[in-house]
Amino acid sequence: MAVKEYAGKMVELDADGNLAKQTDWNEDVAKALAVEEGIPELNDRRWLVINYMRKEFEAKGDAPSIRKLTKESGVDTKELYTLFPGGPAKKAARIAGLPKPKGCI
Amino acid sequence: MKKLLILGAGTAGTMMLNKLSSVLDKNEWQITIVDQHETHYYQPGFLFIPFGIYKRKDVIKPKRDFFPSEANVIVSEIEKIEPKENRVILKDSKVLSYDILIIATGAQIKPEETEGLKGELWHKNVFDFYTIEGACALSNFFKHWEGGKLVLNITEMPIKCPVAPLEFVFLADSYFTERGIRDKVEIHFVTPLPGAFTKPRASAILGDFLDKKNIKLTTDFSIARVDNEQKKIISWDEREVDFDVLVSIPTNMGDELIARSGMGDELNFVPTDKQTLRSSEYENIFVIGDATNLPSSKAGSVAHFQADILFENILSVIEGSEPHAKFDGHANCFIESGFGKGILIDFNYDTEPLPGKFPLPGVGPFSLLEETKMNHYGKVMFRWMYWNFLLKGTELPIESQMSMAGKRM
Repeated sequence: MAVKEYAGKMVELDADGNLAKQTDWNEDVAKALAVEEGIPELNDRRWLVINYMRKEFEAKGDAPSIRKLTKESGVDTKELYTLFPGGPAKKAARIAGLPKPKGCI
Repeated sequence: MKKLLILGAGTAGTMMLNKLSSVLDKNEWQITIVDQHETHYYQPGFLFIPFGIYKRKDVIKPKRDFFPSEANVIVSEIEKIEPKENRVILKDSKVLSYDILIIATGAQIKPEETEGLKGELWHKNVFDFYTIEGACALSNFFKHWEGGKLVLNITEMPIKCPVAPLEFVFLADSYFTERGIRDKVEIHFVTPLPGAFTKPRASAILGDFLDKKNIKLTTDFSIARVDNEQKKIISWDEREVDFDVLVSIPTNMGDELIARSGMGDELNFVPTDKQTLRSSEYENIFVIGDATNLPSSKAGSVAHFQADILFENILSVIEGSEPHAKFDGHANCFIESGFGKGILIDFNYDTEPLPGKFPLPGVGPFSLLEETKMNHYGKVMFRWMYWNFLLKGTELPIESQMSMAGKRM
């Protein structure tokens, strides 16, 4: 299992490069993960999405899909792609310290 | 008299009806099945219609041909399920109560979910092949088409039969080659996934097939809208792909009935225990086939493997014990690859498709993740097996649990 330093903290990563242990997550680690994803700054809208994802994960045990994000987080799909270019559900989950959302088959 | 009610008489519902009717004591259990349609569609056959391989008549039969003679069948739309009251309300307000409910209401395409998809070009230059109407309209279009840009686009996952879009472009390559205009047709496969398929090893191998067949692949493309005027699809991050003909796999959703009943997730799929197939919320409700939210493929072979498991679990529950049979996510898909050949994949929740021989280790006759003529015959033969054995609930010579025998790691 890979170990990498984020915000001065050594954390374990899973096979997808996401945090292996959610207890390693804090806001500074999130900021460092975001930089790695090409997002230099976590503004309020981004935090809204990240916090929603963490809450959902705690309740359901799985990171929400984009469709669910759009429906329930108060951020529409267009904006999600602007906030997290490339893959909102995947990127936001990683920054939120969650495993990669279960891909549908 | 106790009541077992099945909603939906598609592949999964019909199999369950046949399996249960042959063993439940008729003095103790009354089995009823409800469906609004009288025609059974062989959905795997829709893929072949655009290329003139099958016609409409090859994929339809009356549903009643597959029901046991004594079955209690109601042809009606369903208004809603009231799970707390153990009852189902039909369109005409008729009430059906149940002791055990099996939900098998399937999944449908929802082109309305994507802006501009069901626009003025719908069934003119923009088609689906997941409905009989779409497949037939596309067949008529292809007959007279002289070539241009053919774009296949998957809007979002999950979709029924996740290999069908690949089969479609493989068959298109074969079809236009045989018509002598392949050099005038540009085939482009545009997917929201990071590769040709959902599972890494199969994705790499199938991606190579796309390359070999000169089919362009665009990945990570999440469609936002269709521009009917300019004939292009545009992603959420503003990437554009031009088309002359667009073949779309629209959003797949569970039946509206599930939303009306307040029992579904954001795509109207019913939360279901992935091993026992029992509803996550209600002890006397079970869910099978495309209607579930399981992370398994939405396909007839999967419904068939689930039916073996659900049959055992329903019998356990009727005898007063807990459901003990466990579904492992087993899927088995013949992938048509064109020019009379096919590829076979066999996998489950935990094991991705691997190369090897199937079903007999080292012997076959089918080859996993390889392109062979025998795999194509398997697919052709499947339709006959489907009509004659599968729907009637007869055992097939394939185990419902996936086997590692014959697979190479």
